[in-house]
Amino acid sequence: MATVEMSFTPLPVHVRTARLVATAVARRSGVQEALLDEVRLAVGEACSRAVEAHRAHCPGEPVRIELTGTRGRFEVVVTDAAARDDDAGQPAAGPETANGLPAPEAGRPGDGAADNGYASPDDPEALLPQGLGLAVIAGLADDVKISRTAAGLSIRMSWPSGHAG
Amino acid sequence: MDLKLDHHTKDGIEVVDVEGEIDVYTAPRLRELLIELVNNGHYQLVVNMEKVEFLDSTGLGVLVGGLKRVRAHDGSLDLVCTQERILKIFRITGLTKVFGIHDTVDEAITVRKSEK
Repeated sequence: MATVEMSFTPLPVHVRTARLVATAVARRSGVQEALLDEVRLAVGEACSRAVEAHRAHCPGEPVRIELTGTRGRFEVVVTDAAARDDDAGQPAAGPETANGLPAPEAGRPGDGAADNGYASPDDPEALLPQGLGLAVIAGLADDVKISRTAAGLSIRMSWPSGHAG
Repeated sequence: MDLKLDHHTKDGIEVVDVEGEIDVYTAPRLRELLIELVNNGHYQLVVNMEKVEFLDSTGLGVLVGGLKRVRAHDGSLDLVCTQERILKIFRITGLTKVFGIHDTVDEAITVRKSEK
């Protein structure tokens, strides 16, 4: 069982809350101070990606985050439920992608999003490579595994922590 | 903390002072300000990030968007940042090669003026 589990409505304003909680639990789990900024940024990226995916595909579903500090590791799992329509018929769980290689639908703001303050597809922001958030996660987390579940995408990342349990 | 935005003109260059957190929630406000400045004819921008506490890839996207907008008018967008925690995300994403990143606003303005 995770040390802390939470789910939140897929709104950008809640991503900050998730970052704050993750940082607090990481500190409590014995993650070194020098790594806390990386935890905060990586968790923020994962939650931002999940929020954007939910807003595009399932705005009524909450984003889930699990924070666990055991056996000398602090682990965070951010799970979305934003399986795309074209995922239908694919295996429920695809192969895991180690070290944060961008997933196919890695979320930059996209179609029809101009009304919520995001970049519209023809805006310069949309020219950034898709999956930039996942690339940032891969650069920050000590260990990253990205897997596709029946419901959506799961990003598992971890850092060393000082506490055994 | 939330995001605070201010801007002023110095030596003919528009300086944008950013304070707080730039993330998926607040980045649209910075984006709107940069668009407004460009629409009002300010094509030489310096974004002072010395008081930025947090920046994620959404914020990077907004800065890149601002850079592309000013470049469309032969303008420039330089950054002021000395915080390692913020610089790290520019390095991870390779954007240190895209932006001029300076230690002070005065340095950013001096370098920009000298390149004119």
